[in-house]
Amino acid sequence: MNKWIYIFIMFAVTYLIRVLPLILIRKKLKNTFIRSFLYYVPYVTLSVMTFPAILHATMSQTSGLLSFIIGIIAAWYGANLFKVALLCCTLVFVIEYFIA
Amino acid sequence: MEYKFGKNKNIFFLGIRDGIPIALGYFAVSFSLGIMAAKSGLSAFQGLVASFLNNASAGEYAGFSMIAISSSYIETAVITLIANARYLLMSIAMSQRIKKGTPLHHIFIIAHMLTDEVFAVSIARPGDINPYYTFGVMLVASPAWSFGTFFGAIAGNILPMRLVSAFSVALYGMFIAIIVPAAKADKIILSLVIISFVLSYIFSFDFFHISEGIKTIILTVIISAIGAIFFPLKNGDNDE
Repeated sequence: MNKWIYIFIMFAVTYLIRVLPLILIRKKLKNTFIRSFLYYVPYVTLSVMTFPAILHATMSQTSGLLSFIIGIIAAWYGANLFKVALLCCTLVFVIEYFIA
Repeated sequence: MEYKFGKNKNIFFLGIRDGIPIALGYFAVSFSLGIMAAKSGLSAFQGLVASFLNNASAGEYAGFSMIAISSSYIETAVITLIANARYLLMSIAMSQRIKKGTPLHHIFIIAHMLTDEVFAVSIARPGDINPYYTFGVMLVASPAWSFGTFFGAIAGNILPMRLVSAFSVALYGMFIAIIVPAAKADKIILSLVIISFVLSYIFSFDFFHISEGIKTIILTVIISAIGAIFFPLKNGDNDE
């Protein structure tokens, strides 16, 4: 399997998703099911991809789990994207210092 | 609006200014994506090209994990589609704000970097989308994103394991930062997120014998459809 072909496929799919609505849609969408489905998809798919995968991204499951929980709490109380990402990294680094 | 650079210089520089914090965040996240790219067997240069072309954290993450397991091209295309489905939504939202008469090549450039953050700052501007503002943001955000992956892929092999382990969660931190504010604002999203975590966990047991990619597709479609059937948006919701 050629890596460049994978990269090109990813690019083609991603770009078409972004460009087609911009050039094709000129009116407001009406169908409630489609609008609702599209509205929920991003959050559901990111959730499915995040957990339990985060537990296996780190060397120890404990540090993955703790950064998951504390990341959620921080985001809940308003930490932005950059801060949450940084916090999760720092937590894993510190926790694994003690247990690994 | 006139679509000439001279007439839009100020808004272009405003875009550059607003792009700087985005660029910093991108570099960190993209760095962790680079580590993942290297783990999946990509070279640093391939990682750079992939990031320059894709500009998608979750999408690239999903694509790289498909490459790592030498998945089929079709499966890779489908998973990329699913992971990036939210851009379809953003693009639809943005389509409502593109002024008639905007040059087509401007639209082609904007579409290239329609990410969560670039979308957010562009759509937050009053009135119709001014492509020059978005160009300014892209000018700083794009190199940060591309070279973050490049350096991540190089450093991933040099850095101590503990540091790599720490950087690996940056992406998930970013996902969390996108999910949580929406869940906090909308009880239905909150419920769907919790259901997603639980089902994703259950279906990750070896007992089910399904790949990560297939699991993501099936659960996303089913859970979102259930949400759409039982909790349809009222007219007027989400009409950015």
